[in-house]
Amino acid sequence: MEKWSKKHLLGIKDLSRREIDIILELSASFKEISKREVKKVPALRGKTIVNIFFENSTRTRMSFELAAKRLSADVVNFQSSASSLNKGETIVDTIKTLEAYHPDIMVIRISSPAALYLLQKYTKASIVNCGDGKNEHPTQALLDMFTVKEKLGTLENLNVLIVGDVLHSRVARSNIFGFQKYGAKITVCGPTTMIPYDFENMGVDITYDFDTAIKKADVIIMLRIQNERLKSSFFPTIREYVDKFSLTEERYKLRKKNALILHPGPVNWDVEISSALKEKVHPLILEQAENGLAVRMGVLYLVGTEKRSL
Amino acid sequence: MTQKAKIITDIEIKRMLYRLGHQVLEKNLNSSEIVLIGIQTRGAYIAQRLKKIIQEIDGIDIPLGVLDITLYRDDLTTIGPKPIVKETKIAFDIKGKTVILIDDVLFTGRTVRAALDEIMDFGRPKKVELLVLIDRGHRELPIRADFVGKNIPTAEGEMVEVKLQEIDNKEEVIIAEK
Repeated sequence: MEKWSKKHLLGIKDLSRREIDIILELSASFKEISKREVKKVPALRGKTIVNIFFENSTRTRMSFELAAKRLSADVVNFQSSASSLNKGETIVDTIKTLEAYHPDIMVIRISSPAALYLLQKYTKASIVNCGDGKNEHPTQALLDMFTVKEKLGTLENLNVLIVGDVLHSRVARSNIFGFQKYGAKITVCGPTTMIPYDFENMGVDITYDFDTAIKKADVIIMLRIQNERLKSSFFPTIREYVDKFSLTEERYKLRKKNALILHPGPVNWDVEISSALKEKVHPLILEQAENGLAVRMGVLYLVGTEKRSL
Repeated sequence: MTQKAKIITDIEIKRMLYRLGHQVLEKNLNSSEIVLIGIQTRGAYIAQRLKKIIQEIDGIDIPLGVLDITLYRDDLTTIGPKPIVKETKIAFDIKGKTVILIDDVLFTGRTVRAALDEIMDFGRPKKVELLVLIDRGHRELPIRADFVGKNIPTAEGEMVEVKLQEIDNKEEVIIAEK
């Protein structure tokens, strides 16, 4: 019998291909649970999970909260805007304080990249990363991969195109690490100000020509443009962005017949994707949300039942 | 692990299953109330075979489901996670039905306890009856089988393994020692 041996899920980078396979296979079983009449199994009964959000999030937090509840864990949420961080408590102090309640898993979103590697020193709990600055957002990549595997039947040797604000995107980084483990050829596409040059060192192709790149892609991941970026100096005008990098009806026609359009949601219609395509692309994006729940159940189950030496 | 003895052959398994099929029908005269649920992995294959046998005997098509009890185990955190959770599929309503719960070997009874809990989460059956190919004793919970292929007294350290053509490419029951 195979054993899972990772205490934390900090990033896709640290996972082996086999470990990703295990998560994806498990998630397929967990997806079914949400369709039952009693949407709950006792796997994590008696475990305490703290969702700690030093950055705002509604959907990811809900998804994690529901995943924990469907596994019968007890969940509490900590949102920094409504908390003592405003009173001057440091992040480390916050973790130490929450540690006093003996949680089994801490699900953390934080704005500084790789801060989680530091924070794990202050807790005995397993840490699950749900977004650490520009670094990684592993469960988003896992749900993207899950969706692709479910729809295309394989993850092997795909052409994956990632479009948009790659520079600020932890989703892009996690997906690059993930798909590359299956031999994918990755291309990133976006405004020059939003493509980090060092991505070439990661074996990623860079292009500014969406029309050409879309023709050979099996999977097209449209990144979300964060509202606060619209005003920043990185960003061209919206009209220029839409002109070059929006998925329009014309570009949609250029894609390969079975190409999948993914988006982490929620979509800014007529910015990343034309609203005329809503009927065609929205169903799969909504299915991604459903798959996200299953994948998060899989991850919480694995780290939550990991055998500890106490 | 070393094999100590082959105790049941393929032809015996076949005859046992036919007998069990008859017994299930004998006890449940209203066969439209019966549903079969097999516990992953081998219980699911045995359930499949029983479905065919009952169809042969009585001409009725009985609903068949499979159950993976991993998430209902009572030892998940002491043994570490089971990275494989197989499919659970009960695509029919079990309310008011007689569930024949099927497994290959009945040992401590803990698997059956987990299966019962999981079944109750799917609905309220009229009753649940337990069918096993082998009962090897050493129960740790107050659970007994309603239909037994064969009782095999064993020592606690021994293992009873049911091999089925569908996944093991052979058909036999053996006793082995760890």
